[in-house]
Amino acid sequence: MSEERQQRNRSILRGSLALLATAAFYETLARSGIFAAALLPTIPDVLRTLWNMMADGTMELHAVYTLYRVLFGFFLAVVFALPLGILMARFKRVENFVLPLVSALMPIPSFALVPLFMLWFGIGNLCTILIVFYAASFPMLFNTWSGVRAVNPLWLRAAGSMGADEHKLFWKVIIPGASPFIITGMRQAFLRCWIAVVGAEMIAASDWGLGWVIFDAKEFLNADIMLASLIVIGAIGFVFERVVFGSLERFTVYRWGMVRAAKG
Amino acid sequence: MQDTAAIALQDAPPNAGGDRLRTIWRNAFPFIVVGALWEIVAWLGVFPRQLFPTLEDIASSFVELTLNGILLHHSIETVLRLLAGFALAAVFGVTIGMLMGRSRRAEDCLLPLVSVLAPIPGLAYTPLFLLWFGPGEISAVLLVGFVSMFAVIYNTWTGVKAVKEIWLRSAQSMGASNRRIFRHVILPGALPYILTGLRLGLGQAWRILVAVEMLAAVPWGLGWLIFGARKFLNTDAMMAGVMVIALIGLALEKFVFQKIENYTVVRWGMIGRT
Repeated sequence: MSEERQQRNRSILRGSLALLATAAFYETLARSGIFAAALLPTIPDVLRTLWNMMADGTMELHAVYTLYRVLFGFFLAVVFALPLGILMARFKRVENFVLPLVSALMPIPSFALVPLFMLWFGIGNLCTILIVFYAASFPMLFNTWSGVRAVNPLWLRAAGSMGADEHKLFWKVIIPGASPFIITGMRQAFLRCWIAVVGAEMIAASDWGLGWVIFDAKEFLNADIMLASLIVIGAIGFVFERVVFGSLERFTVYRWGMVRAAKG
Repeated sequence: MQDTAAIALQDAPPNAGGDRLRTIWRNAFPFIVVGALWEIVAWLGVFPRQLFPTLEDIASSFVELTLNGILLHHSIETVLRLLAGFALAAVFGVTIGMLMGRSRRAEDCLLPLVSVLAPIPGLAYTPLFLLWFGPGEISAVLLVGFVSMFAVIYNTWTGVKAVKEIWLRSAQSMGASNRRIFRHVILPGALPYILTGLRLGLGQAWRILVAVEMLAAVPWGLGWLIFGARKFLNTDAMMAGVMVIALIGLALEKFVFQKIENYTVVRWGMIGRT
C-alpha cells in the first residue's frame, strides 16, 4: 500500500517536473530572442493577455458565443439523431432507408461542407450551428442505433412476459439498456462538435467566437491572444468532458447499474 | 466511428442470386428518392440555380473536371498530404506510445504533456502553426501529423500496457531475449490497440485536412478547390469536390484499414474472425 503511494508520489513529482521543464524551455526560447517576440510570447505575457481579456469581458463574450453555437448544434443533433437512431433500430424499414444515405454522408468531413453552407446560409451563427449539428449527428445516430440493437432480447422478453406494455418497455428497458451507448455517443458527438465549432468559426468568420478570435489574431501577429484563447478552449473542452459528461454518466448509467461503478 | 460505413455494407446479407439484386435495389432506393427530391427542388427554382444546381450540372462539372485532370490533381495532392501527415503521426505516435507503455519514467514525464495538449481541438492550433511555419505545405502536413498523433499515442500506450503480464513472464522464463519479447509478444499483443489508434488517427487526419487546406492557402487540394469555388459561386464544382472527398473517405476505410486488420490482427488470432 505504502509502496503504491510512494510510486504515485513519484509519478506526480516526475509529471510536474516534466511540465515545469517544458515551460522553462519554452520561456528561455521565448526570451532568447531567436524568434520574434510577436511569434513566441513569454508565458507571463500570455497569462497577462488572458487576464486582461477576461477582465474586460471580451474573452467571456467570445466563449459565450462559441458555447451558444456548440450547444445549439449539439441540442439539434440530440433531438434529431437520437429518435432517428431508435427508429432505425426498432424498424427495419427505417433502417433500410436511412443507413445507405448515412453511410454515404458519413465519410464527408463536416468542414468540407462549410463553404457550401456559407453560400446557402451566409456567414455567422446559422452556418456554424448547422455544421456543428452535422458533425454531431453521426456519432449520436450510430451509437444510439447500436445501443438499442444491443439491448439483450432476454430482457425484452422477460419484461414482456411480466406484462410490460410498449410504453413501459421503451422507458424502463430499452432506454436504460441502451444508455451506455447513448452516453458514449453524446461524448463523441460533443468532441466532434467542439472541433467543428472552432473550425467553422475560423472559416466562416463572424465577429465573435473563440475560433474566430484565434484566426483573427493571426492577422495582427498576436500570438499571445492566440495562446490565451487556446487555453480557454482547452479548459472548456476539459470541463465538458470530465464534469458534464462524467456526472451525466454517474446519474444515468451507473445508477441504472448498466456498468459497474467501480470504474469511477 | 469510421467503420460504420463498412458495417452498413456488410449488413446487407450475402444471399445468393436474385436476392443480390434486391439488396442493390434496397441500397439504391434511398438515393433515388433523395436525388429525385433534390432535382425537383432544383427545377422548381426556389433557390437560384447557381446556389442549388441540378444533378446534371453537378455531374457535368464532375465529368469536365475529371477529364481535364483538375480534379485528379487536387485529389492526388490531398492524398499525398494526408499520407505524409499521417506517416508522421504513425511514426512519432507509436514510438512515444511504446515508450510510455514500457517505461514508467517516460510515462510519468510524457503523460501530463499529452493530457494537456490532447483535449484542445486540433484545428485551434492552425493559426499558430501558420504563424510559426508560414502558410503552405509544411504547416499543413505538420498540423495534420500533430493533431492525429494523440489518438495513436493513447491507443499504443494502452495497448502496450494491456499486454498480459503472464505472457511476458512465460516468454521470459522460456529464455526469450528482450528483442524477441518485443517482437513476438508485445508487438502482436498491442497490435489491435495500435491499429485502432492508427485508424482513429487517420480518421482525424482526414477530417481536419480539408479544413487545413482551406486555411493554409495550399496551391492544390480538394479543400482548397471547394473553398475557392465558393468565390465564383461554382456550387456544382463544390459538390463535385465534396463527392470526391466522400469517395476517398470510403476508400480509405474499405481498402486500407479493413485489409490491414485482416492481414495482421485476425491472422495472429488477437481478434476472432467475425
